[in-house]
Formats: sequence, C-alpha cells, structure tokens
Amino acid sequence: MKNDPIPRVIAKLFIPFILVFAFYVQFHGDFGPGGGFQAGVIFSGGIILYSLIFGVTITKNLLPAILVEIMAAIGVLLFGLVGIICMLMGGEFLNYSVLLEDAVSGQHLGIFLIELGVFITVSSVMLKLFYLFASRSKKL
Amino acid sequence: MAITVISLAIHNNLFSVVMLSSLFSFLMATVFVTLDAVDVAMTEASVGAGISTVLFLSSLYLVNKNEIKSTKKNIFPIVLSIIIGIFLIWGVLGLPAFGDPSAVIHQYVAPRYLLNGLSETGVPNIVTSILASYRGFDTFGEVVVIFTAGVGLMALLKSEKRKKIKRTSNEK
Repeated sequence: MKNDPIPRVIAKLFIPFILVFAFYVQFHGDFGPGGGFQAGVIFSGGIILYSLIFGVTITKNLLPAILVEIMAAIGVLLFGLVGIICMLMGGEFLNYSVLLEDAVSGQHLGIFLIELGVFITVSSVMLKLFYLFASRSKKL
Repeated sequence: MAITVISLAIHNNLFSVVMLSSLFSFLMATVFVTLDAVDVAMTEASVGAGISTVLFLSSLYLVNKNEIKSTKKNIFPIVLSIIIGIFLIWGVLGLPAFGDPSAVIHQYVAPRYLLNGLSETGVPNIVTSILASYRGFDTFGEVVVIFTAGVGLMALLKSEKRKKIKRTSNEK
C-alpha cells in the first residue's frame, strides 16, 4: 500500500496521534479510564498501522524482532522485580506501600511501575504476533 | 447486535466474517459504556475490534477467502449450543438485579475498596487501584499469561519455518 496516496497520508496524519493517545492512556490511567493493557494495545496498533502502510521490513529496522522479544520479557521482569523489591523492603509481594517513606506515594510509584511493565509486555507481544503472521505471508 | 451475530453465522466469505466480528466488538464496547464500565469498553474496542481484526486479516492472507462447507450435515453442535444457551439464560435469571446494592458481591470487599481506595493508594480511578494494587497478583498472572501466549506462538510459528528450511535443504 506504499504507493496509494490516501492511506499513506491518512496514516502519516494519524500515527503520531495514535502513539500520543497510547501514552496518554498509559499515564492518565490513574485518573481516567485506561491503563497499561489498553495503552499497550493502542501503541502496537499504531505501529502495526505503520507497518501495514510502509511495509514490515522498514518497521523491523525501526523495532527489530529480537528487541521486541526481549522487551516482552523485560515487562514481566519489571513487574516481578517490583514485587520482589517490595518483599526485600519488608512488605508482602507487590505491597507497594513500603517502596517510599510515604505509603500513598509508594503505592503511586508501584502502580506506575507495574503499569509500565504491563505496557511493555502487551505492546511487544502484540507486535511480535503481527511480525510472526506477517513473516509467513509473502504479500506484506 | 442480533443482526450482526446472525449474519456472522450465515456468511461464507471470511473477510466479511472478520469485519462483522470487529463490528460486533464495537457494539459490545458501546454496551459496556452504557453499563459505565469504561475501562472494559476501551479494552474491548482496542483488542476486540482493533488488534484481533488485524491479526485475523493477516492470517487471512495465508488461507483461502471462502469458508469450505463441510460435506456432511451435523445437527449435534447446534442442538448442544442451544441447550447450553438455555442453561446460561436460566443461570442469568438467578443473578441479583443489575446495580442491586444488597447483592452478595457488593457486601464483601467492594465497600472497602470504594471507601479507602483513594486514601490508601492515591489513585482516583478505582479500577486502576483495584487492578494494580489490591489485585496486583492477579494482574501479574495476567501479564505472565500474555507473555506465555506470545512465547508459545513464537515457538509454534518459528519452529515450523525452521523445519521447512531443513526439509528443503534435505531435498536438495
């Protein structure tokens, strides 16, 4: 679809907004609807739209498949690590109140970190699924 | 929604089936919005209507566009699904009325979350505070499930590719 002007222009217009909206959903998830899961899916949706228009090979130069695989693991590890740090600091597993001196801001930091972990894992797994399907078909 | 579901069952062209299921997800998201479950609606719209449609379409590249009709007529599946549907509707009749404050599920931990959620976690969105803090372990399991699904698909699709390469090299 690289040579069709309409999808290309529309995608160029929309992709930045999709990505910014993903980050808005991610970081505003504490105050409004949304969170790591939704944000990850929207982010990977933006990247997938890019690769549908401009080709998977260009997208793989931007985000190599191996990087995506590593990121999927990093998200889970970040989540688990926050839980273990909570244990080391004297709380239960995933009890964020002990992360900082103030219990409420500790909770805030913990929720922020684990939402980030969810975001990283979900977005990279979704992107990886798309890469896997795309690598099997010749047209994309 | 009923029209969408019926035409989903009738259509043979897989492309229109994918589009109809995407439409169904969007309608489902609007239903969630009217039930005031905005977080769920967002998930449904982005996952059900967005990503899964794209994945279905990219897998449609690999298969034929039209569904292959099975040669023998089998009445058993439709009878089974109707029976299960009747049982499910029967079960729904036993549920407490929607939004009933005296229902059992609203008596246990929900009041505590609603009353203390903001002061304990500092997060105004109750859904996020329950999901990330009170039910953090569940969410961890969820993330691990997604990761495992990704790893499983990598193993499935990648190993086949490798086998194909080996097979072709053996043939040569």
